[in-house]
Amino acid sequence: MSNDILQNITRIAEIIINTLKLEDVTPQTFDADLDLVDEVGIDSMDLATIALVLRDEYGIRIDEDDYPKLTTVRRIAEYIHTKLTSGK
Amino acid sequence: MKTVSSLLDSHWYERYKKISRLNIRSSIYDVTDRCNLRCKGCFFFSSGEHTVASEEKDITKWHAFVEKEMARGVNLAILIGGEPTLCLDRIEAFYKRLPTFCATNGQIKVPRDRFPDMMVGISLWGDTEDEVTLRGKDTFKISSANYAGDPHAYYLYTITPKQLGKIEKMIKRIADVGLKVHLQLLSNDESVDGFSWQPAELVAVRAEMDAMLDAYPRTVISSKYYHQIITSGEMLGRRFGWMECPSVTDAIDKREPQPKRLTNFIRWASDLKTMHRCCTSETRDCSTCKDGAAHMSWVMVNKRAHMQSAADLQNWIEVYEMFAKLYQFIPW
Ligand code: SF4
Ligand code: SF4
Repeated sequence: MSNDILQNITRIAEIIINTLKLEDVTPQTFDADLDLVDEVGIDSMDLATIALVLRDEYGIRIDEDDYPKLTTVRRIAEYIHTKLTSGK
Repeated sequence: MKTVSSLLDSHWYERYKKISRLNIRSSIYDVTDRCNLRCKGCFFFSSGEHTVASEEKDITKWHAFVEKEMARGVNLAILIGGEPTLCLDRIEAFYKRLPTFCATNGQIKVPRDRFPDMMVGISLWGDTEDEVTLRGKDTFKISSANYAGDPHAYYLYTITPKQLGKIEKMIKRIADVGLKVHLQLLSNDESVDGFSWQPAELVAVRAEMDAMLDAYPRTVISSKYYHQIITSGEMLGRRFGWMECPSVTDAIDKREPQPKRLTNFIRWASDLKTMHRCCTSETRDCSTCKDGAAHMSWVMVNKRAHMQSAADLQNWIEVYEMFAKLYQFIPW
């Protein structure tokens, strides 16, 4: 796993914690493989809000059609990594 | 951090997983400006919504419009009116393409050879006496003959204060014709004497709605939490109203702070251009609004707020399941 992805995981966890105002968890303790819908309970509006913050942070556009793929923090980090490295 | 599985046992967690990814995106469409009834208290006519736009008569435009709506991400079309069954070709433009729900007064039967599994919600405003007072006739007599035993139809029973103590009689009549029923409350948009809710009546009607759900669980499609929310106008210590309403048309929603709301929701007039303010009356005072769908949606869009306790999350699941059943995303 590249360092970029690991760093992104922590930053994405932080963004999610701040956006959803999650309690009793830190970016470091957030399980990157926790299912965001089935476990964290986020909905499509939450995801749209998070996608906007990620867009500003990483300068990438997240298509709504891709939301179903973004099920965990790790998958989001990989998705961002792919977008950044493929220059899309 | 509270997670869904830490709050729910395996039974509730399975129920949660059946609905958690449905991602329902509804919009509401006035199919026509006309109706074959003129009910006292009908928000459509009382707020002049039938005059703000003149209905599009070119059916090809309806087809193109529905395509555009799908491209906008709509995956549930809720058709209202006027009376949609006056314009079956327009209903078909939706039904051929996406999950479609049609609200009707039930006086015209939707032909099942043309619309075999379209969910139909039949409006009902009380017992015969109330129906005659408010709607000019006993609509149940005709609608129940039209839809008896239909597995894709149910009654939308708008309870009025005059129905207190008498709800069971109608629930029995509905069960006897083999149909289901969802309960909602009259908002009395035309201030008909005696039909506005008083606080004590709201307490009483909640208890009666709960009792009906207990006594007729196979007939009544509802949830006690929904009864609590719609009668009290409160959810988790928050008060329902304009600043909380999830069912405001997206394009005109300038509220700050932006509440949790239905994604991309629009209520379209039948000219296919004009947008109404929200899912119900343009002129209704939000502080008196009893709209059932708006209250249901209010719960549904606030999932994470219901993750403070197992009981809250179970309440949320029951309301979401109710909605998903009423619009055929999960079976009865
Ligand atoms: S049947 Fe519905 S649309 Fe027609 S007048 Fe009555 S409430 Fe209004
Ligand atoms: S009238 Fe009801 S549904 Fe419409 S904006 Fe007000 S609260 Fe929402």
